[in-house]
Amino acid sequence: MPSNSSIRPPIRPRSVLPGFGLCMGFTLLYLGLIVLLPLSAAFIKTAALSWQEFQAAVSSPRVLASLQLTFGASLLAAAINCLAGLLLAWVLVRYRFPGRQLLDSLIDLPFALPTAVAGIALTTLYAPNGWLGEPLSRLDIKPAFHPSGIVLALIFIGLPFVVRTVQPVLAEFEPELEEAAACLGARRLQIFWRVILPTLLPALLTGFAMAFARAVGEYGSVVFIAGNLPMKTEVTALLIITRLEQYDYSGATALAVIMLLISFMLLVGINLLQAWTDRRAGRTGFAR
Amino acid sequence: MSASTAKRMRDRWIPWMLLALALGFVTLCLLLPLALVFHQAFAKGLQAYWAALREPAALSALRLTLLAAAIAVPLNLLFGIVASWAVARFEFRGKSLLIALIDLPFSVSPVIAGLIYVLVFGAQGWFGDWLNEHDIKIIFAVPGIVLATIFVTFPFVARELIPLMQSQGNDEEEAAILLGASGWQCFWRVTLPGIRWGLLYGVLLCNARAMGEFGAVSVVSGHIRGDTNTLPLHAEILYNEYQFTASFAVASLLALLALVTLAARSLLQWLVDRQLEPPSTSHTRRSLLNQAMACLAAGVLDAMPDTSASATQSSESMVKPFKPEETP
Repeated sequence: MPSNSSIRPPIRPRSVLPGFGLCMGFTLLYLGLIVLLPLSAAFIKTAALSWQEFQAAVSSPRVLASLQLTFGASLLAAAINCLAGLLLAWVLVRYRFPGRQLLDSLIDLPFALPTAVAGIALTTLYAPNGWLGEPLSRLDIKPAFHPSGIVLALIFIGLPFVVRTVQPVLAEFEPELEEAAACLGARRLQIFWRVILPTLLPALLTGFAMAFARAVGEYGSVVFIAGNLPMKTEVTALLIITRLEQYDYSGATALAVIMLLISFMLLVGINLLQAWTDRRAGRTGFAR
Repeated sequence: MSASTAKRMRDRWIPWMLLALALGFVTLCLLLPLALVFHQAFAKGLQAYWAALREPAALSALRLTLLAAAIAVPLNLLFGIVASWAVARFEFRGKSLLIALIDLPFSVSPVIAGLIYVLVFGAQGWFGDWLNEHDIKIIFAVPGIVLATIFVTFPFVARELIPLMQSQGNDEEEAAILLGASGWQCFWRVTLPGIRWGLLYGVLLCNARAMGEFGAVSVVSGHIRGDTNTLPLHAEILYNEYQFTASFAVASLLALLALVTLAARSLLQWLVDRQLEPPSTSHTRRSLLNQAMACLAAGVLDAMPDTSASATQSSESMVKPFKPEETP
């Protein structure tokens, strides 16, 4: 009997704690009204389109250019975030220096700073007469109103994700493993590549996927610096808004559905990665 | 000999190099934009700064931003607590699906968040005709802004609380209930003290995002100056009109909000760390549990003076073993 009931949790749990029905009901109602119902509107609206209409809406050259730009810039930014995030997590966990706490709290700035503020600040910073734009323009690099500016904005937005996923794993990393590797004659770089990096890999990938997912849908920080030239520096989120402003609701929704499907796939991927990270952490915890 | 000295020298330099690299990156990427906001805001002096903030359009944007946050944050706070009670305290089928659905708004682009509300409430949307007949405006009006804000800040509190409550386990609440506490008593006296810092942190993040949201609000607002502009939208309009000082003055308010949020976060972290100070973490925790149960039992006993002697006897005997040894 008891083993039988522990295999699958029942739909209605038996517990001494009260309030399951009420809490679950409210949760589902609120979730349904605020999130699921409006989201389903996008899919239902798109389902009303014929296949030709849908194809025309999502495969015009302008759309393809925007998708290419959005995904290319997001991938590049997430990859750079991986390197920078790993470095920052390493410095925060392994080194003690004055101002470490300050640096640690500063990492979350992109989460706390409204995207529009980040957008206008970065644009002014990298504009041809800006603090960084001026020296860069002498080297003939002009990030503002150029795809590289979009990458810069996406790096800013995605930075905390990798740091915050890698940091706890690195903090729990057992020094014994490193010591053992060192005793066995491994050099520092070898230890890093063969011992530390494999342990960090799931967390690193999770952070990468989160930064990527955020970057793909980003709007506020990108619109100002991008310059928004169709075919050149127009990201998909902006194209959706452009279509909305032209009252092309079905065109905008078709694009939104493509983006939503991609986000859902990323979300599933992130959850799987997270489960992998947890399992890893669980295993080392068990071994201890 | 000299080779090994050189190696040791190099080894000593590596940390410094990494540290310098990290600090340089943070300065370039995070500090410079932040400093620039304040520099630009005060570029034409305090007078211009004040004038930009006291403009009627700026004031009405501030009011709307505060209003949207004042509605969205409490609603999502309530949802966060209720949802994490259901998810973290009970086992049921489809739990991970529910958690994933709660997280969903995080992975939806803000622009799409705005768009889906336009599809439901807009002029051509599902309820468009009905709303039009009854002369209710949601899109390009304040309710739409509030709804979009609720959507984008939906998961913050729940996401903070669910892992926290899962890690705490059910033991303390179950003990409280078995000792006769009502659901409310159990929540106020046992659950809430344990989750308060996490709760506060979730509310802070929720509030920061609610006040700073741009993409979703931009789609549903219609940019009617003095009417449906929030602070971020107002900053955008001023920027596009080349009123850089005024735009950055508004932006500096939002940047200040971000800095306050970060500072409060650090303070909360510090409080939590102090509460869980290492030497006897499990010890303190257990004695806290015992105290909580003792208090509860005492409260329960006070609350029911008319119960039969035997019941009192039995709950007293239940309390006794926990009471004395570990209280400081």
